[in-house]
Amino acid sequence: MTAPAQPIARASKRRTRFWRAPILESVPLRLSVIVICFLWTLPTAGLLVSSFRNPQLITQTGWWVGLLHVFDKGQWTLQNYQQVLAANGMGDAFLNSLIVTIPSTVIPITIAAFAAYAFAWIPFRGRGILFTIVVALLVVPLQMALIPILKIYSGASLYGTFIGIWLAHTAFGLPLAIFLLYNFISQLPRDLFESASIDGASAFQTFIRIVLPLSIPALGAFAIFQFLWVWNDLLVALVFLGPGTGVRVMPTALFNLLGAYGGAWHLLTAGAFLTMVVPLAVFLLLQRAFVRGILAGSVKS
Amino acid sequence: MAVDRTQDSGSYGSSRTVLLGSLIGLILAAFGVKVLIDPQGGQNVLASIYDMLGNAAGAEMLRNGQGDQFVAKLLLVAIALLVGVGGIWLLFTVASSLVERLPPRLRDSILPWVFIAPALLLLSIYLVYPAVVTVIGSFQDKKGAFTLNNWASLATGPFLEILRNNVIWLVVATAGSVSLGLLAAALFDRIRREALAKVFIFTPLAISLVGATVIWKFVYAWQPPSQPQYGLLNAIWTAFGNQPVPWATTFPINLPAEMIILIWLQTGFAMVVFSAAIKGVSVEVQEAARLDGASDRQIFFKVIVPLIRGSIITVTTTIAIATLKIFDIVMSISGGRNHDDVVAVRMFSEMFQFFNDGRAAALATVLFIAVLPVMILNLRNFRRQAAM
Repeated sequence: MTAPAQPIARASKRRTRFWRAPILESVPLRLSVIVICFLWTLPTAGLLVSSFRNPQLITQTGWWVGLLHVFDKGQWTLQNYQQVLAANGMGDAFLNSLIVTIPSTVIPITIAAFAAYAFAWIPFRGRGILFTIVVALLVVPLQMALIPILKIYSGASLYGTFIGIWLAHTAFGLPLAIFLLYNFISQLPRDLFESASIDGASAFQTFIRIVLPLSIPALGAFAIFQFLWVWNDLLVALVFLGPGTGVRVMPTALFNLLGAYGGAWHLLTAGAFLTMVVPLAVFLLLQRAFVRGILAGSVKS
Repeated sequence: MAVDRTQDSGSYGSSRTVLLGSLIGLILAAFGVKVLIDPQGGQNVLASIYDMLGNAAGAEMLRNGQGDQFVAKLLLVAIALLVGVGGIWLLFTVASSLVERLPPRLRDSILPWVFIAPALLLLSIYLVYPAVVTVIGSFQDKKGAFTLNNWASLATGPFLEILRNNVIWLVVATAGSVSLGLLAAALFDRIRREALAKVFIFTPLAISLVGATVIWKFVYAWQPPSQPQYGLLNAIWTAFGNQPVPWATTFPINLPAEMIILIWLQTGFAMVVFSAAIKGVSVEVQEAARLDGASDRQIFFKVIVPLIRGSIITVTTTIAIATLKIFDIVMSISGGRNHDDVVAVRMFSEMFQFFNDGRAAALATVLFIAVLPVMILNLRNFRRQAAM
């Protein structure tokens, strides 16, 4: 774990950059940075502002016009949110998204952590070839699984159930989870395992008391990655949960809004923002781990 | 520290309690699974509770789809989280403590399989087996007889258009995200408030593709010329005296309009990885180049870019794979109806609209074939590194 392997850790220590531009030269540089950041934020800003505007106003004037009347109370409303939460089922979809996403994050991490530990530290026959298969599965498109699994699900009455989508998301996330956690767990110092076994700890106890606590950074990074992936997923939800309102998750609900009320921007903007609240909160609260997760996820290929 | 923690580990009495408790937990979890598979599970459980409490009227209403539906839903959330999160841990605990009761030699040979069995089982059922079935299915007609028609049809008009679109996505969206990410990483590396600036570019990554599509569909919104243009792009466009353009729905402008959504999202990902890599390039190397009279631009393209080649390749393949499977954006904008169809969307339509599973399987296999080179590369890299 020396410097080249840990570029992030190094960067945070070093504050001044060698090729940082001098103040005068940096005016066009700074301007271009500000312009880029502005452009990148503008679309989301439009959505957010519009979601609080009166429904009639949204299609009469641009949202930037609304910004000119910030203090005119008649321009603004929470009614869009109320309507989309209640009448359009976004509230239910929010709870369904929680039901789908949390287990779909915890289950694969648990299964992958046990598997990664065994792959890394317990010798058994076939270990090499099995792990090679995991690596091969890393990039298999989940489209390959849709038709056969859907057939199985219809037969086993797992279609449209939360259990069904947990298992699907778990399996689709497993190769990456095992791979990332293996990379981390196999780097733990050998002494730890030797002293644990001298103390008479079983493999299970070693896992619970040593491997898990030490792997929290890797577990957290993958957790965030998987959480966002599942929360934002449309395809797996459409295929295995379907459009039934009892199990509909947020992306599906928003997708249905787009189809049914293509021009009802007061509902679409509020609905879209509701789907973004949780991932944005995760992002803002856990930014560091989020970045680590993104960096870790980029090993996928 | 670890040594201290393991010293209390040999007490078998407590392990028996653990086993007993976990078994009871598993039985409860099995009931929870039953509730979760039942579409009316939450209502039924709450109704039973109401019955026990003597609130027959409330129970009746719940069973008829009225009454405290929201409470029933919250109850379902609680059950789901307990079953989903607790169940998997109970499973491992019970299996491990059972195996640990076996004689040492037997135990040691079985235990690793207890640890990897759930993973292997799921991977086999959900990825390996379906992949084989899908490849075979691509050569079968609706009755299961062998045919090449599914594949032959991919060479006809509409499907050639789909494949063309995927290639355009693959090239343009990938190149766009990677180069913009590199540009942002390079620019931001030179300013003081780098972390703040990065947040702006990076945040879209947390947004779902459907959400991002709504955001951009609003930017692209179109109204007839006589009406006010509330879409940002058309407002700017018409301000210069042009006729409003339905960006998101007219071919061929809809292709770049859709690709911009993905680029907007993925640039942050590329930027973060590149930014970390750039910071890994040693200052000494840059200093040496500067002393040799290299300009900033030269330092960037001739020193830094070659040194972070590994990251560039990784990011490019990651984004390329995501782009290849692009689904949400096209599905949400048009469903692929405006000459903008792509493989994953068409596969979905073949499954649920045309009920042609053979052709859907062929389309899935196309995606699989496209990622095969990456898979082989991964395996080769892995073989080289690992000495398992």
